[in-house]
Amino acid sequence: MAHSEHHTENNSLASNIEKSVEVKAQKCYQCGKCSAGCPVADEMDFPPSMVMRLLQTETPENDEKILRSHSIWLCVTCEMCLSRCPMEIDIPSMMDFLRQKSRSEKKVNKKAKNIIAFHKSFLNSIRFTGRLYELGLILDYKRQSLNMTQDISLAPKMISRGKLHFIPTIIKGTAQIGRIFKKTSN
Amino acid sequence: MARIGVFVCHCGENISATVDCGKVAETIGKLKHVAYSTDYKYMCSDPGQTIIKDAIKEHNLTGVVVSACSPRMHEPTFRKACAEGGLNPFLCEMANLREHCSWVHEKNDLTTEKAIDIVRSQVEKVKLNSALQPIKVPVTRTALVIGGGIAGIQSALDIANCGHKVVMVERSPSIGGHMSQLSETFPTLDCSQCILTPRMVEVAQHPNITLYTYAEIESVEGFIGNFKVKIRKKAKSLDEKICTGCGLCTTKCPQKKIPNEFEQGMGMRPAIYIPFPQAVPNRPVIDREHCTYYIKGKCKVCEIVCPTKAIRFDQPDEILELEIGAIVVSTGFDIKHADFFPEYGYGKYKDIIDGLQFERLASASGPTTGAILRPSDGQVPKNIVFIACAGSRDPAKGIAYCSKICCMYTAKHAMLYKHKVHEGKAHVFYMDIRSGGKNYDEFVRRAIEEDHVNYIRGRVSTIYERDGKLIVKGVDTLLGAQPVEIVADMVVLATAGIASSGAEELAQKLHVSYDSHKFFAEAHPKLKPVETNTAGIFLAGACQNPKDIPDTVSQASGAAVKVAALFSQSELTREPLVAAVNRSGPPMYSTCVGCFLCQSVCPYQAIEREDFKTRDGKIIKTVAKINEGLCQGCGTCVALCRSKSIDLQGYSNNQVYAEVVALLNEY
Amino acid sequence: MKFGIYPGCSLTGSARDYNESVFALAEAFGLEFTQVPDWNCCGATAAHNLNKELSLALPARILALAEKNGLEEIIVPCAACYSRLVVTRHELKKDPELKNRISEVIEMDYRGTSKILNVIEWIDKYITPKLDEKLVKPFNYKVACYYGCLLVRPNKVLGYDRAEDPQTMDIVMRKIGAETIDYPSKTECCGAGLSISRTDIVSKLSGKIIEDAEHRGADAIIVACPMCHSNLDMRRPDINKYWKTDFKIPVLFVTQAIGLAIGLSPEKVGLKRHFVEVKIS
Repeated sequence: MAHSEHHTENNSLASNIEKSVEVKAQKCYQCGKCSAGCPVADEMDFPPSMVMRLLQTETPENDEKILRSHSIWLCVTCEMCLSRCPMEIDIPSMMDFLRQKSRSEKKVNKKAKNIIAFHKSFLNSIRFTGRLYELGLILDYKRQSLNMTQDISLAPKMISRGKLHFIPTIIKGTAQIGRIFKKTSN
Repeated sequence: MARIGVFVCHCGENISATVDCGKVAETIGKLKHVAYSTDYKYMCSDPGQTIIKDAIKEHNLTGVVVSACSPRMHEPTFRKACAEGGLNPFLCEMANLREHCSWVHEKNDLTTEKAIDIVRSQVEKVKLNSALQPIKVPVTRTALVIGGGIAGIQSALDIANCGHKVVMVERSPSIGGHMSQLSETFPTLDCSQCILTPRMVEVAQHPNITLYTYAEIESVEGFIGNFKVKIRKKAKSLDEKICTGCGLCTTKCPQKKIPNEFEQGMGMRPAIYIPFPQAVPNRPVIDREHCTYYIKGKCKVCEIVCPTKAIRFDQPDEILELEIGAIVVSTGFDIKHADFFPEYGYGKYKDIIDGLQFERLASASGPTTGAILRPSDGQVPKNIVFIACAGSRDPAKGIAYCSKICCMYTAKHAMLYKHKVHEGKAHVFYMDIRSGGKNYDEFVRRAIEEDHVNYIRGRVSTIYERDGKLIVKGVDTLLGAQPVEIVADMVVLATAGIASSGAEELAQKLHVSYDSHKFFAEAHPKLKPVETNTAGIFLAGACQNPKDIPDTVSQASGAAVKVAALFSQSELTREPLVAAVNRSGPPMYSTCVGCFLCQSVCPYQAIEREDFKTRDGKIIKTVAKINEGLCQGCGTCVALCRSKSIDLQGYSNNQVYAEVVALLNEY
Repeated sequence: MKFGIYPGCSLTGSARDYNESVFALAEAFGLEFTQVPDWNCCGATAAHNLNKELSLALPARILALAEKNGLEEIIVPCAACYSRLVVTRHELKKDPELKNRISEVIEMDYRGTSKILNVIEWIDKYITPKLDEKLVKPFNYKVACYYGCLLVRPNKVLGYDRAEDPQTMDIVMRKIGAETIDYPSKTECCGAGLSISRTDIVSKLSGKIIEDAEHRGADAIIVACPMCHSNLDMRRPDINKYWKTDFKIPVLFVTQAIGLAIGLSPEKVGLKRHFVEVKIS
């Protein structure tokens, strides 16, 4: 009780995570099992256990490193870390939180540009039609990422196999979907 | 006229930091019937006690309230001080200002107000206290030791060497416990069996020790000094007095495919078997669950070959009833099998074994006579991985606590491996190295520095098989979580130590408390580590929590001393806080109407019937009577008595009413 | 027997083959689907990466539509959609306040009463009991059942099979005559939603899975997720380029394998739409 004032003042990333997604960074005892099982750890600037350690320091410098990291965007939410974590720390939920925080604070790592461009194109696609329009997604992604030549050979093969449509399906509730996007875009 | 003395303790700053002790003493001092009131920094100290003693004499006190901590620790202290001051010790009460007030509230006026209220209620209670006399009960000077591992062996020998009788009960066919399975012991690497087996023999031959193996506790009744214990001696299916232990039956038994418990399943045994060559007693038993005769009704090969005709197929279990004065619980531990860890592949891959299995591999008496060979093909593993905390410190899948012994035995395993396979490589994945203990850290350093064991800080994520090798995937957290992949021939999991199977049932039979992990609970974590909450029952060894051999032996000797101290007196003194049925002169004799509802609810069988008779023997009235030796003062009978004829001495209804009324009324 | 189906976007586009095999199976077993009317995209990885509330609202709308139309049970063949729907139901059950907020966002009552079945659960419940009598062409191949992530994790939320070494798909495949291999990549990640934005990572991870299955002698990889399928099949040229290999092992949906075993033609179950030629039939 004597320390309650200290807690309310704490605005570290770790305490924000605890408040928002109920993940307690201090539970991590650095066993490294998450990093050992993470399929993309070797691509990351900070493997999951290192992200946990940075959080535990609760210093502005290290919080900044996390929000500006490439790691949070490479995480594919495969949930392997959570499924093997001896302390059941929900790293995937925490990563979702960190990505949103990184974007809202405009601290997105430059290397994650394409990944975010893809996610944005994806959401744009469903925002207006209600369902994913794959051709539209690819074209919009190319526009956003400026990767004009990527997968250029894939399209004809997909078309010949009937896997790419030229006309999007538009659901009846598009107006409603539009409102869902609006109401959740805080 | 009551003259109460009140003594307010500061408990250093434990109470005075939030309670104004001076104000409490001053306010209480103004109450009616309070003859003396004061405060002091440490009431339990010698000068503190002197204040109480002097005040009793000086102010001619009829009751004392010490306002300090919980009565758990210091009630005996203050009651003794009162007795020395000339007051009956049961006229002293404690008001708990620490746990009930100062520790749980902030410093302010309300806290002090609450403290005053607590003291007031005790002042009202103590006015109604009556002088009580302690109860004397006789002591049966025979100890029961449950479990024949190193803890039980040590306790039994220590008690027996003090000249007291000991009964040892072991549920398996031989004493020796897990220690008999170990290869060499840390930190000295002396051979486990070499130091243990002489002790086992000593138990068997000691004139003061009666040994029952293949036996279990059926029930325990009674109380300290006077337990009544029933023991089930399971049928060994042979006459032990005739059997010479020649072992011919064990070699001729046609059933040979039963996984050998002593070898941790790494070898087979017959249905009639002696668990291991050094077993005590060195007599076989028939495992009826696997014996062909008991399953199919045919075979009897053992009976035919037995040169002394000792086999008894129809032998029944035997129930023994014993009078016991004190009990030492030394039931040891089990290891948690690693099959709850599917990512580590235990049970799926033959060359992933647990720590106890490695002990058998490394033991000269084991299935490979001490050679480190992989179970799958009998080859010498060139690359071996040891994984610490394979279950311990893992709330998700294993157990939350640290099993304490694994860091040391893992270092030992790696060392033993290196001593036997010089060209081999040993790797240890660890999270922390917990090597507190005499010469322990030096031992681990030796494994690293001299035997070149490769310690990697990190937990393994998964193990899988590929082309006959085990791929161990982990990280080195000291290199920024750099991936580590080891192609191993064999993996040893340092699995967690857990409570022995059946510990919970035994605890319930004994009426002793146990924790959420089913380990037996000590009475106080620091100051009563070998006592349980039930008087006369003591703990030794890993049944309390995982322990290494030195700690186990020390605790076992500690428990033995407690028993010996108990047996040093011919009778015991018990607190007289028991129930009493009121008595009056004829023709009523008592307000008790003899309904005996109390008898049916008493958990301790402490209520008896008493007849009042005329001179010619005719029964006038039958009323309830409390056996003070058995009554534990739980109060169930008091609550149930419809004619309000029973009261708890020291906690009578009137005393409790007085406390409550004091709290309700303004002063 | 009529029950709901939520096909999800993939099945109407790049995973048409999967869709065809699911519907072909249903037809063969006399089962009829009702599509969740006017269904929308579940939001997939993009939504929960960028906007948590949106990632709950989109699946909630689907579930609310199913409830409104009296669909007590909906089959969700796409493992990714399945995961999003189950996670949403779990989150909204845990937090009534959030549930109210999401109901408000989607302008519909959400109660969480519809049962969500993944494709294996659906097969277990409706196909397996009648499988023996329909089996005409046992699937006599050695197969590596690949579960990926989203069918089994997070295990505490999904409560389906076990997270390590799952068995449900293996059991189904053995029922139709296949031999299933034990291999560690069963639940390793294929790279999932990074397919377009980080094709290199997908090539690396999917390549490891394919190598593991081939190395242990599998004739085919069996999947139950369109995302896994597109990474292992459509991305095969990228994979072979990345690892400098020539992996040819085909990747079949579990529904396609069952379809073949009960005598459906390769065309009928969409095998001709694969990128990696399926010589199995």
